Amino acid sequence: MDTNSIIEKLKEKFGADILETVKKNERRVVVTINPGSILRVSEFLYKTAGFRFIIASALHTRKGFEIHYHFSMDNTGLVMNIHVVLDKENPEIESLSNMFNASNWIEREMHELFGINFLNHPNQEKLISDGNWAEGVYPYRKEFK
Amino acid sequence: MSKKTIIPIGPYHPLQEEPELFKLYCDGEIVKDIKWETGYNHRSIEKLSESKTYDQVFFLVERICGICSTSHPFAFANAVEEIGSIEITDRAKYIRSVIGELERIHSHLLWVGLAGHFLGYNTVFMWAWKYREPVLDLFEMITGNRNSYAMFRVGGVRRDIEGSKIPTIRTILDDVKKKADLLTGAVMDDPVIHARTKGVGVLTRNDVIDYGAVGPTARASGVAIDVRKDDPYAAYPLVNWKVITAEAGDVFAKAEVRLLEMYESISIIEQCLTGLGKTKEGDINVKIKEIPAGMGTGRAEAPRGEVFHFVVSDGSNSPARHKIRAPSYVNIATFKKSCIGQTIADATISLAAVDPCYCCTERLAVAYDIRSHKKIMNAAGMIEHSVMKTSELRKNI
Repeated sequence: MDTNSIIEKLKEKFGADILETVKKNERRVVVTINPGSILRVSEFLYKTAGFRFIIASALHTRKGFEIHYHFSMDNTGLVMNIHVVLDKENPEIESLSNMFNASNWIEREMHELFGINFLNHPNQEKLISDGNWAEGVYPYRKEFK
Repeated sequence: MSKKTIIPIGPYHPLQEEPELFKLYCDGEIVKDIKWETGYNHRSIEKLSESKTYDQVFFLVERICGICSTSHPFAFANAVEEIGSIEITDRAKYIRSVIGELERIHSHLLWVGLAGHFLGYNTVFMWAWKYREPVLDLFEMITGNRNSYAMFRVGGVRRDIEGSKIPTIRTILDDVKKKADLLTGAVMDDPVIHARTKGVGVLTRNDVIDYGAVGPTARASGVAIDVRKDDPYAAYPLVNWKVITAEAGDVFAKAEVRLLEMYESISIIEQCLTGLGKTKEGDINVKIKEIPAGMGTGRAEAPRGEVFHFVVSDGSNSPARHKIRAPSYVNIATFKKSCIGQTIADATISLAAVDPCYCCTERLAVAYDIRSHKKIMNAAGMIEHSVMKTSELRKNI
């Protein structure tokens, strides 16, 4: 499947949940989606379109908390960034770890460093600090000193 | 046993990075579960990167890993150059690929040596590390450093490979090739190594996809992913080479993939050196004024697999966010599949088989009894156990 047909397919399948699509070139695409549809979109990419989950990057910005889920289509070199913007006060989103294990660690890490809550995560324990940091202190948030 | 009694023993190694603790839960000889603890030496590189300029970040990310110290600058350069739509010169591309492939050769030799050591083949260990030395000498000649080469910058490389050095590089590479033949023969034809590694630590194709494993770990299970081919960068699209895969997914397949990859690397370097002859000396940089706001994804195939850097720029002179994913981050998680059900002796080599960034991961492994929760063996004991199994096998063959 080439890049354009994947974008078309996403738009056709998820309609209003696809908020914005930016195609930088054939191998780099950012698709902003409604956070509520993350499970369905990821399932389509992983199970139907054959993408590999690379990693996710969390950002703390003026908009609130953002996550870029990076998916790779290895036979075309396409990196599809599925972008979501989460609530400033209560950032939470469905976990993908019940679908594939590749996201298990990174969701734990984002929970620990940014305080983003992953709903239905199989084991949302701390990954890095092993409980040595104070609860409720999230070092990668912008206000952290 | 509480974690606190374990921490002071091993994970802190001041000489090495990213200490981790593995706990093998065993029932008799058989590993029933594995747990790990990480972050004993969390350096917060991603956060530090936000306080450095783009030029400084290269030196920072180079220090993520001592063995694949060029993979991170490689991926970071790819990411930043994508933000700025910067096209580097062909000469810089060739030099980057030469450094990347030399690194793969020395890293794979290092792994073969360590694997040999774990199996009780100290001759393989001594050979592999001895033959790795000339590769490090090459690095010193080209970059001035045996490790942490400081070669990369946005828009090119810092040092040229002068034409006068190329014949020496070719001579040393020819020698490395001969030694690689010797080593490959020693590993591939040895019946005891076959007995110890075939069918051990098997990772199926589905496990690889589920855990998102990369590099030789994935390629040994028949998943032909290699960023150099899939998302070409630097000089890789300009030279001829092939992606090495194996189907079995066991420790032997992983060794096979790595050994054969060394030949591909040598071939890539030779072609790059020819390419260098066709470009103008000194033409290694393009001038960069500023990095615009935007997002960049940089990938590079490290010896252990895909290194992934995601850089967000706000138009200032330092990254607004810099996410880094090293290959061991996803490969280590596959232990859950490859080690469970193995004997303790085989678990040692299964853990080593993904080449879990040895300056990052091999800190402390402890075998626990699942019933009493008591510690029964430490890492040294496990290696001894593995060596004993090999000597038993030798007697019978």
